[in-house]
Amino acid sequence: MIVPFGHTLILAGILFFIGAACAALRRNLIMILIGVEIMLNAAGIAFIAGSLRWNQLDGQAFVIFIMAVAAAEISVALALIVYLYRRKNSVDADRFDLLKG
Amino acid sequence: MNLYAIAFYALGAVMLVSTTIAVFQRNLIHAVVYLVISFLATALLFFLLGAPFLAALEVIIYSGAIMVLFLFIVMMIREERKREVEWRRWGQWVPAFFLTLLSLVVSIALITREPDARAYLITAVATPAALGNYLFQHYWLSIEIASFLLFIALVGALYLGRSVDGEPGDEAGGNP
Repeated sequence: MIVPFGHTLILAGILFFIGAACAALRRNLIMILIGVEIMLNAAGIAFIAGSLRWNQLDGQAFVIFIMAVAAAEISVALALIVYLYRRKNSVDADRFDLLKG
Repeated sequence: MNLYAIAFYALGAVMLVSTTIAVFQRNLIHAVVYLVISFLATALLFFLLGAPFLAALEVIIYSGAIMVLFLFIVMMIREERKREVEWRRWGQWVPAFFLTLLSLVVSIALITREPDARAYLITAVATPAALGNYLFQHYWLSIEIASFLLFIALVGALYLGRSVDGEPGDEAGGNP
């Protein structure tokens, strides 16, 4: 007996929305990526809690795929940030407004 | 309240506090270090919830590889300090904050309404061998696709990270 299943879901939900707020509110591109990382991690917590709740290993398998996708996404996104920094000399998300009318 | 529950709530408190500090941190390196603390606590939570292999992967991949990659990029990029406004303006801040808060309240209300969510979790452990067997019996194609995705991400990162205005032979990095 650990805790009710809902408490793990609530923890994952709070973490997910902290990450979403970080991605929506910060202007720095690196902090936006960190917010996305927090959201992926929170999804993993919910998957593992569900895996323990129903005693199925599918949840843990999905967390492995989440980690693989997070690693791929972060490597490409950080390379993009370095590319943009060389172009504009800034990592402020509001500076990249080339398509603004 | 037994030992497992105490460990769960302590880890949850550590995760929430360190993640919140990281999000509201102005110094990027401090933010990344606070996030490493949060991910280590997450690894312990995975161990508590019966996933020791994923706890090891969380330490190795998230707090070991991804956060160190963030640290390298933060050290590479020297942001100019003359701009004081780090956060968005209030006109954008307020609606984003309230929409996030509303979504959080609704999701917590839905979770607490669910009768299935009141069931207590029973401790169990999935050994790495059992997880590996299950993974390669049921998800072998997905494993291959994930490895292919990682390969393509590697190629894409190499392509994006090349020197922008230099010739192919110019990898000294010194822009005139």
